[in-house]
Amino acid sequence: MLRYLLNKIALLIPTLVGITICAFAFVRLLPGDPILAMAGEHGVAPARYEELKQQFGYNLPIWEQYARYVGEVATGDFGVSISSKRPVLEEFKTLFPATLELSFFAMIFAMVIGIPAGIFAAVKRGSWFDQSLMGTALVGYSMPIFWWGLLLIIFFSGYLGWTPVSGRIGLQFFFKPITGFMTLDSLLHGKWDAFRSALSHLVLPAIVLGTIPLAVIARQTRSAMLEVLGEDYVRTARAKGLSGARVIGVHALRNALIPVVTTIGLQVGTLLAGAILTETIFAWPGIGKWMVDSIFKRDYVVVQSGLLLIALIVMAVNLIVDVLYAVINPRIRAA
Amino acid sequence: MKKTMTFAAALLAASVLSGMASAKTLVYCSEASPANFDPGTTTGGNDFDASSRTVYSRLVEFKHGGTEIEPGLADKWEISDDGLVYTFHLHPGVKFQTTDYFKPTRDLNADDVVFSFDRQFNKQNPWNGDKYLPNLTWDYYTGMDMPKYVAKWEKVDDLTVKLTLTEPNAPMLANLGMDFASIVSKEYADQLEKDGKMADFSTKPIGTGPFQFVDYQLDAVIRYAANPDYFKGKEKIDDLVFAITPDATARIQKVLAGECDVAPYPNPADIATIKANKDVTLMDQAGLNIGYMSYNTTIPPLDKPEVRHALNQAIDREALIKSLFQDAGATPAENLIPPTMWSWDKDVKTDAYNPDEAKKVLEAAGLKEIQLWASDRVRPYNPNFQRAAELIQADWAKVGVKATIVNYEWTKYREEGKKKDRPGAFQIGWTGDNGDPDNFFATLFACSAIGVSNYSSWCDKDFEDLIQKAKKTSDQAERTKLYEQAQVIFAKQAPAFLLAHSQVYAVVRNNVSGFKMDPLGIHRFDGVDKAE
Repeated sequence: MLRYLLNKIALLIPTLVGITICAFAFVRLLPGDPILAMAGEHGVAPARYEELKQQFGYNLPIWEQYARYVGEVATGDFGVSISSKRPVLEEFKTLFPATLELSFFAMIFAMVIGIPAGIFAAVKRGSWFDQSLMGTALVGYSMPIFWWGLLLIIFFSGYLGWTPVSGRIGLQFFFKPITGFMTLDSLLHGKWDAFRSALSHLVLPAIVLGTIPLAVIARQTRSAMLEVLGEDYVRTARAKGLSGARVIGVHALRNALIPVVTTIGLQVGTLLAGAILTETIFAWPGIGKWMVDSIFKRDYVVVQSGLLLIALIVMAVNLIVDVLYAVINPRIRAA
Repeated sequence: MKKTMTFAAALLAASVLSGMASAKTLVYCSEASPANFDPGTTTGGNDFDASSRTVYSRLVEFKHGGTEIEPGLADKWEISDDGLVYTFHLHPGVKFQTTDYFKPTRDLNADDVVFSFDRQFNKQNPWNGDKYLPNLTWDYYTGMDMPKYVAKWEKVDDLTVKLTLTEPNAPMLANLGMDFASIVSKEYADQLEKDGKMADFSTKPIGTGPFQFVDYQLDAVIRYAANPDYFKGKEKIDDLVFAITPDATARIQKVLAGECDVAPYPNPADIATIKANKDVTLMDQAGLNIGYMSYNTTIPPLDKPEVRHALNQAIDREALIKSLFQDAGATPAENLIPPTMWSWDKDVKTDAYNPDEAKKVLEAAGLKEIQLWASDRVRPYNPNFQRAAELIQADWAKVGVKATIVNYEWTKYREEGKKKDRPGAFQIGWTGDNGDPDNFFATLFACSAIGVSNYSSWCDKDFEDLIQKAKKTSDQAERTKLYEQAQVIFAKQAPAFLLAHSQVYAVVRNNVSGFKMDPLGIHRFDGVDKAE
């Protein structure tokens, strides 16, 4: 097991180096430059431009800029934002809980609906339910998040007035953050209406962000279930005269869930990517919105360090999933 | 005893509750998070809305909803006859805001004013460089050429400050009304420096403005309270909240749902929905901008004014504006400066659409081909250069001129476009900084701007004399006359095709009063009230 783990960790190193190169190159490949973006409409005089380039170190050869960046990151220094002048790591720590909270609820939404729907579709294979579910899942998977989010806002918040349009909590609630999770903090402060407000603000963004994972989970659960339902031990269980619910709930589901757990782990990347759009639409103060703002401002430091931090998180989650998978399924370890 | 205590507690609770109920809160759905709260160090309109226009005041202010200068922290000022020395007399008894992080021990004085500017250029000032914040650039201070014009700032006495210039520069007064010229507290700066918390200066602002800072939840909500000591009187609203909402459609939905009271920049596509709603008002105004197309006036036959006039006459401007701006609309530009700016001459008109006349002139001049420049960027004064180029190309084809469209990426576009020998017609535009006509006429068409931002390479002696004289004259009535004459020359010489001044919009709930559209693109909440 230790050897397996070490192997997995060793594989992360080249990935990490690749990510630093991508993050570094990506923001520099965008047309436009941070100094002009900073100066705004007014532009900068050529002499001043050269002076600023020097101040920021953009006059150095590109490999030297990269070496500097890697050197800093290796010592845990993620730099200081060009526009806000705050340390990137500090901003990340402030904003990440919001993204995590939203992702958590999106995932709960996706699982609570996706897993039962997938099971039911597998059991009723070929029925109208199965077919319409799979059709809907395909639509959900291809749904443009931006359009979907606005549609829900216009209908549920604008037309029906059931949910708030955007934000994390009603503006009348104002308390010091403890954990950074609005739902938890409101409870810790003993404010029930704040908690209700935080939950109501989570509904639409969680649905929007959870839609793609929901589609993926439903499809994955269905196909895993179908595979398991055809296995000999399921037939044996049925032959023993066990009730249908017991066969599906105990014998089939436990085995079918193994690939589903992996899928859920892999959805973390999808969630973080989806958060970029979802947070922008719903004015959700998380790292997705932060990255978008920074790209528009050509804030090289935030974009490259932010990407790296997000990648680190995705890699860590994937590693945990790999380990969990090995724990659940001993065959993997031997392979 | 116990009963009395209970009664007292209930009374206290009741008074707190009633106090809460009567507190007036105005919610503004802002479009982006501020970079920080020190207006000297930032450049975005959203940065300024959240800092300089709420928390701070300046020596002079722009009239609410206009570009005229009026007294701010300075009650009055004198300008020496040679235009080189400005003496400002500060309003006595102005208090800096008292918050839980700073308690001022003295009123505003000349030291604060001198410090506010000194920190922006004096490398010896500890607040100028890395000790305060990393990589400071003071973009507006340098961008407005302050280092070139300012010789020194001096304290005469506690309530008098003297500014000496290197040469006469009438727009200086307008510069001092700009956001970067906000007056900060030297006492607060000294305290933070002593405590080793200099960075707090940009996150916990202290000023003399109508609202004081309460809290900022990064990227989400900014809270302010009315400044009880505001020298122009406490505001009518008690609490001001900025709910940061970057998506334009979500922002409008929030106003319609009553989650916020004011929101800027709606999408053109949402304008019909807003107009149909009874609870909100769509406010609009011609922005302080101009979209235009510069002809290179040094290359024949474009060196002849009649040829430039003919090219202008060949363009169906009304159709062009309609196609470019759609529902958002735009004011056709008759002049280089927009109608909201002082000295705008209503009698000056640009060329009317007249393809027949244009054809005659262009045939006689032998103009058969021309380059027509376009870039990829969306600008407030021209949402689609490429589309505009295609429509103009079609109009010119009708009068026998074949236009070839030249495309570049935005940065490269401007670099190539400003070259003295660039051929043809170049689409560009401008958004004003300080509401001074000099910021349009001289910045865009002075002889010295050739190769920088005079894309027409146009140097007309009469025009130049007028705008230079206006720059050195401090009397506004006199300056107005000079700029009016300059506009007549501009119309006669036609160095450019004038497109439009785009509209700027805000959506306001009907129970809000006193909110005004501002030509400078700022959003101010002083003087705003809200009915329950």
